[in-house]
Order: sequence, then structure tokens, then C-alpha cells
Amino acid sequence: MSWNEPGGDKKDPWSGRKDENGPPDLDEVIRSFQEKLGGIFGGGSGGGNNAEGGSLKSLGFLAAGAAVLWGLSGFYIVDEGTRGVETRFGAYSATTQPGLNWRFPSPIDKVEIVDVQNVQVIEVGYRSGGRQGAGSVPREALMLTKDENIVDVRLAVQYQVKDAKNYVFNLLNPTATLKQVTESAERGVIGHSDMDFVLTEGRSEIVAEIQAEIQKVMDTYESGILITTVNLQDAQPPEQVQGAFEDAIKAREDEQRYINEAEAYSNEVVPVARGAASRKTQEAEAYKESIIAKATGDVSRFSQLLTEYKKAPEVTRQRMYLESMENVLSNTSTVMVDVKGSNNMLYLPLDKLGNRTANAGTNNVANVPRSNVAPQKTSINNSSRTSNRGRTVRGR
Amino acid sequence: MGQNKILIAVGALFFIVSSCVFTVSETERAIKFRLGEVISTDFEPGLHFKMPFINNVKKFDSRILTMDSKPERFLTSEKKNVIVDSFVKWKIADVKTYYTSVAGDTRQANIRLDQIIKDAFRSEFSKRTIKQLVSSDRNVIRTALITLSTPIAVKLGIEIVDVQVKRIDLPNEVSSSVYRRMEAERERVAREFRSQGKEAAERIRADADKQRQIIMANAFRDAEKLRGSGDAIAADIYAKSYGKDIEFYTFYRSMIAYRQTFRQPGDMLVVEPDSDFFKYFKKQK
Repeated sequence: MSWNEPGGDKKDPWSGRKDENGPPDLDEVIRSFQEKLGGIFGGGSGGGNNAEGGSLKSLGFLAAGAAVLWGLSGFYIVDEGTRGVETRFGAYSATTQPGLNWRFPSPIDKVEIVDVQNVQVIEVGYRSGGRQGAGSVPREALMLTKDENIVDVRLAVQYQVKDAKNYVFNLLNPTATLKQVTESAERGVIGHSDMDFVLTEGRSEIVAEIQAEIQKVMDTYESGILITTVNLQDAQPPEQVQGAFEDAIKAREDEQRYINEAEAYSNEVVPVARGAASRKTQEAEAYKESIIAKATGDVSRFSQLLTEYKKAPEVTRQRMYLESMENVLSNTSTVMVDVKGSNNMLYLPLDKLGNRTANAGTNNVANVPRSNVAPQKTSINNSSRTSNRGRTVRGR
Repeated sequence: MGQNKILIAVGALFFIVSSCVFTVSETERAIKFRLGEVISTDFEPGLHFKMPFINNVKKFDSRILTMDSKPERFLTSEKKNVIVDSFVKWKIADVKTYYTSVAGDTRQANIRLDQIIKDAFRSEFSKRTIKQLVSSDRNVIRTALITLSTPIAVKLGIEIVDVQVKRIDLPNEVSSSVYRRMEAERERVAREFRSQGKEAAERIRADADKQRQIIMANAFRDAEKLRGSGDAIAADIYAKSYGKDIEFYTFYRSMIAYRQTFRQPGDMLVVEPDSDFFKYFKKQK
């Protein structure tokens, strides 16, 4: 039988006070303390009334003093954000709230203070070590995905104690257990996800799944631990293949670059072509307008002339002819050859004439006199050379 | 004298009382023996009595304990090796059996459990491929492992709370081939991206060239149309006007043409003096 039965709770003044949840009233604490003492020693304070002699009396005082001191050692303070877990002879008796509390001092009651507010962190797959970045722990970080790839995953799990009693009593080493469970849970979740999903869009989903899984397992152990956050510090391909992965990302950029370059080309070529096309049509327009204008001009000149011509056709015609001929002949080198009625061969060194006239810069009429010479009618062939030469000289 | 007696009496009383009681904490299970024989095991946490010298008490940790075994190789159904790192959460179910079978020694219990669990692993893993092991629902394997090992564990007085597979890894030589495959896969992806980029770029360039050619051709067409209509209008204008007197037009236009044709000083005309122009060249009348 237990010394303090569960039913004794009712008699315990502490449990009554605990429910009030207010700050501890010192008077009440002391009073209840005295009551508790009285309960244990069964009127030990009244021992002084025994008339057993002075020495006995002083011994009584001594004992009482020791008892008081012992009793006072039962006070303890529970800080804000922590809970005290009280046990009486090893059995759980109460969880105490922040403030001043009293328990039966040692060997009877024991109290363990548990931090229930501070969030603590465990790291899986890496050790931050406080400085110089995170060092990977490949043994924890590398894991298989569903499509049989290997990924490097680093997690930070934040937790706090939600049930101090369970936290203290149920697990031998809650933190180590949490770490083991985390490793198991993350591998379970990532094991049925594909690598691309893990590395890209699936991150938040995976984190939520891992958190739920850890919490579920920790709850089956009644660990008293609440997982507040699971942070996916890093999910990346393993070091051995990172080059290839980076190249794939670069390739994606390259794809975009090729397209942009081509678009730049397109943006340059098409407007230039449009400009050239516009020039072409404008030129054609100009041609059209100018040719029409020219026609109109020509025609206008002609019809005016025609009107005048009709008035005096002979004179006008003659005048126009002579003027034109004059113009033509005065502007060119002219050679007049009077060969009427003869079949004579005539040699005109046109190139030389041309040179001379060009050199002299004059437009003289080269009057080649009528040549009566060398009337070889039929055959030029055999004798022509010599005779031609002779004629040439004479011609000069 | 009297005081000493009282002190001795109190001390003796304290000794007797303390050897008559024992506490069992929340985290413990206890066995009470009478002269070596187990007489009681079901103790609630708290204070309990015993007979000094005749009874003695042994206490064991009742919390959930961990058996974290070393990573071990197992064969899968496709005869591949995998390295498995697992842990078992267990606690004492029947403290008497626990005491008699493993002498209440946690270390010994762990060794026994390790064997049991490994057997269970071996039989479960040989039924599955790596893929199934990695990606199938772990709860299935977990439950199978627990049901397989529980009957044997019960004989040790142990309750298996949980069996979790921490890691299923491929041996090093297999990992490196996985890495090579991953690299090859990435390379494939990279090439795909690059060639897709080139494809799209070529398409855009070709389209630009096409547009340019079409634009130029259309421009040529429009220009020729314009020129043609200009020519037509001009011809019409000429025809209407010159048609009024074709003979005079011919004369008039010839005159212009002569002037246009012979106007270089280098041009040379060889003329006979009997043309109209030279009508008065040789004779006065």
C-alpha cells in the first residue's frame, strides 16, 4: 500500500491552492506547511509540554528546530516558462506552476524543473557548430528518393516540451529519440517523393509531412514533446553530381539566351526590311509622278508649238530643221564627202581625224575635196593596198 | 544518558523503518524477492513495504528504451545489398520474465533484441525490392516487423513499442553508379534545354528572314505597279497630244533626237553635200 494514496490528494492543501492559479500567498503557504508538519510528527510541537526534565526539553527544541529547517528546505521557485514535476516517494503527485512552491523536503518529495517555453533545436544532416557555415554530415544527410536518386537534405527541428510529466517519465533520452525519429520520418517522406519534387516545388509540402510524421511517432511514445517547426535548411543534389546539376541550370539559361539573341536578330532585320521596302515604294511613287509631269510638260510644249506651226507650216518647219542641223553639225566633227555619182573608194582615217579634232578642240568642217583619183570600180582586192596608201597620202 | 538512549532509539527506529520501506519511481518497475524467490512484481509508483533481510527488491527502468543497432547489410528480393540502419523502441512488459530471461540487464536485452529484429528484417527485406523498401509505405514494413518480432520479444518480457528504419542506403559501389546515372540524366536534360533553345532561335531567325523577304517582294510589286501606272498615264498623255498631227510630231521629235544624239565634240558626221541643209552650199540658187 502506498503511503500517500491518490485519495489523499483531497486532504492536501496544496492541490486546492494549485487550482486557484494565483500567486502563492505566503501566509497560506506557511500555514499549510505547519499543518503538514503537524500531520507528520503527530503533535511533535507539543512535545515541549512533557515534563520530562530540562535536558529532554532542550532536545525537543533541538528536534523542533531541525524539523523547521528541514521543512523550510521544501520551498522552491518555479521560474516563468518552466514547470515543476513533483514526485512523492517516486510516484507522480503534481505539476507545479511558476512561482513559489512548497513540497515535502527530500527523501519524501522530489521535484524536477522542466523548461516548457524555450524552443530547442536539433540538427539533422548538418552541424552548424556556431561558426563558419554548416558542416554536412553525409551519413545523416544523404538519402534515396523514390526515383532512386540520392539527395542531400538538411533539417532543423524545433521543439518544446508540451507535457512536462510525460517528458520526464516516459522516455529514457527524449532528445536522442527525437533525432532518431526525425531521421526515420524524413527518409520515409523523401523515399516516396521524386527528386525533382524534393529539390524544387515540393519543399514546403515535404516539410509539413515530415513534421506531422515526427509528431505522430513522438506521440505514440507519449514523449511530451511538441514539434513547433521543421525547417528544411537545404535540399540539394549530392556534392558528387553538383557540377552536372549546375550545368543543367546553366543550360536552361542558355536556352533563354539563344532565344533572346534570335529575337534581337529578328527585331533588327524586320524593321530594316520595312524601311527598305518603304524606300522602294516611295521611289516608285516619285518615278510615277515625275514621268507624268514630264509627259505633261512635253505635251504642253508640243501642242503649243503645233498651234503656231499650223499658222505657218512651211516656214516653221524649215526653221526648225535648219536650227537643228546647225546645232548638230556645230557640235560635232563633220566630214563632208562629195562623192556624188561615183563609186570611188574613199578612205577616211576616222580615228585620226577624231584625235586631231579632239586635240585641236575645233569643230572645223574637214573639207575633203572630191577625189577623182583611182577610179577602180570593180576590184579592190589585189592592188588596193598600194593604191589605197597612195590615195591616203594624197587625201591628206 | 537518557538523551543518548533516546537518540539511539530514534536512530534504530529510523534504520528499521528505512529498511522496511522502498520507493518505486514513475520510471521504474520493481520485483520483490523473498529469499531469492519472486513474490511480487506489480508495484505502483510510490512507497512500499518489505520485510528487512527476508525480502529484497530489484528495480528496472520502465521507460521506453532504445536499441540502436549498427548499420547492417541485408539482401533484397532482387539480391541486392542494402545497408539498413534501424532502431527499436522497447520497454519492459513483464518484469519477471524480463528478469529471468535476460537477468534484467539492458545490454543483454539489447543483444537479444538485435538478433530478433535482424531476423525479422532479413525475412521482410527478402520479400521486397529496393524500390519498394525505399518508397512504399513504411508503416507496412514497420507493422510487419513488429508482428514478426513481438512473439519472441514477449518471451523476454519485452514489449516492442516501435521499429523504425532510419536509413536504407546503397553500398558505396552502387551509390557511385547512381551518381553516374544522375549525372547522365542531368546531361540529357541540359542538352535538351540547349537544343530546344537553338531550335526556337532558328525558328525565330527563319521567321525574321521570311518576313524580310516577303516585305521586300511586296515592296517590289507595289513599286512596279506604281511605275507601270505612271508609264501608262504618261503614254496616254503623249498619245492624246501627239495624235493630233502625227507627221509634225515625227518631224519635231526627230529634230530633238538628232540634237540629243550628236552633241559630243568627239562625234563625227560624214555627210554628203546634197542634203537639204547644204542646198545652198555649192550653188547660190
